[in-house]
Amino acid sequence: MRLAIASGKGGTGKTTIATNLALTLADRERTVQLLDCDVEEPNCHIFLKPEIEKTEPVTVAIPEVIEGSCTGCGICGDVCEFGAIAVVKGKVLIFPELCHSCGACTLFCPEEAFTEVPRGIGVIEEGEAGKIRFIHGLLTIGELMSPAVIRGVKKAAGEADVVILDSPPGTSCPVIEAVKDADCILLVTEPTPFGLNDLELAVGMVRELHIPFAVAINRSDIGNEEVREYCNREQIEIVLEIPDDRRIAEAYSRGEMVIHALPEYQKTFEDCWTRIMDLHNHALQTGHSFGGIATEG
Amino acid sequence: MKIAITATGPSLDDQVEARFGRAPYYLFVDPETMEVEAVQNPNVAAGGGAGIQAAQLVSERGAQLVLTGNCGPNAFRVFGAAGIRIIVGVGGTVRQAVEQFTAGTLQPTDQPNVASHYGMGGGGQGRGTGVGGGRGMGMGRNRRS
Repeated sequence: MRLAIASGKGGTGKTTIATNLALTLADRERTVQLLDCDVEEPNCHIFLKPEIEKTEPVTVAIPEVIEGSCTGCGICGDVCEFGAIAVVKGKVLIFPELCHSCGACTLFCPEEAFTEVPRGIGVIEEGEAGKIRFIHGLLTIGELMSPAVIRGVKKAAGEADVVILDSPPGTSCPVIEAVKDADCILLVTEPTPFGLNDLELAVGMVRELHIPFAVAINRSDIGNEEVREYCNREQIEIVLEIPDDRRIAEAYSRGEMVIHALPEYQKTFEDCWTRIMDLHNHALQTGHSFGGIATEG
Repeated sequence: MKIAITATGPSLDDQVEARFGRAPYYLFVDPETMEVEAVQNPNVAAGGGAGIQAAQLVSERGAQLVLTGNCGPNAFRVFGAAGIRIIVGVGGTVRQAVEQFTAGTLQPTDQPNVASHYGMGGGGQGRGTGVGGGRGMGMGRNRRS
């Protein structure tokens, strides 16, 4: 089972849920992996405190002009979708930080005047956090190509009974890269107008990807009923509710796991997992997905 | 001689735009005749690389000098390759800017005066005193990449 924890809105509690769910399951003697895919600001390590055993660089391929072969025709600049190549007065200027490594310049160059060189944009770190296999990515500050680092995190992951992916917030390319091959997505929100607005955006994204999903409501006793009403209307299951408990915030601020500081919440996470697995298994048996997704075949 | 000036509108009496890559217009002015050609910037809302594209546009149209408010390192690199001189910190109307250049009171710069993405801060920057570029590119966590 590969479960991605995502949210339209930032700061809703993805990391809290991802880490506590992983730890709950690891205590039930499964092989559990936690992949922190929020490579711009990974923070699962603050709570799980893994022993890092291995660090690997992440590189992307960047074009380089072969001196003497280039005629300055400008086709490379024309085909670059990302404005990463400027051709002025017959000179090709490459701006590596804007390059998406699509290879169009190399492909279309009539003189075959490009070669591709690796450029480091971040690292992948792997280790053990108790019984949890821990992997996260770190995008170098100033770099933009987080999807490449997220791919690196996923590639470093081996086999496990349960894989929990902590996604970046939002609905843009890095999020899609993090969640697109999950079996199920848990969308975390809070019962406020902001939470609802961003939940609707996230639901739109996930339905486009045709991945089954359910919702977790954090700080569930604040705000209003609109998130629940929306989920009812849209036939979306709410599989987890965590109350606005000051003690959780206190534990979080000390970098502690909720289920360690407040063991009574262990059952909350266990129940959440049971409900997700029930939905998942039911979907496998019946061929009907969940999350209000129309299924074909 | 052809001067390119970033502008808020298409005429000589419009203000000099502080942002280079995201200026609404580029005005190409002959300082002797004050003849003007206005080109709308197709990259005002580009995700990234607006300065590079704009510098290329200015170069392709044969400008030898650029007058603007702020210029970042990427556009600056293109100007260097194209052999175009650049003067930053320019304000007032386009007409005033050209007159100041003709009078010799403006000096070319040899380095960018702002960081990358300086001009990407949403709408509504202050203007009038010269540098009004919007900060606040922030983490850009919802941008496409």
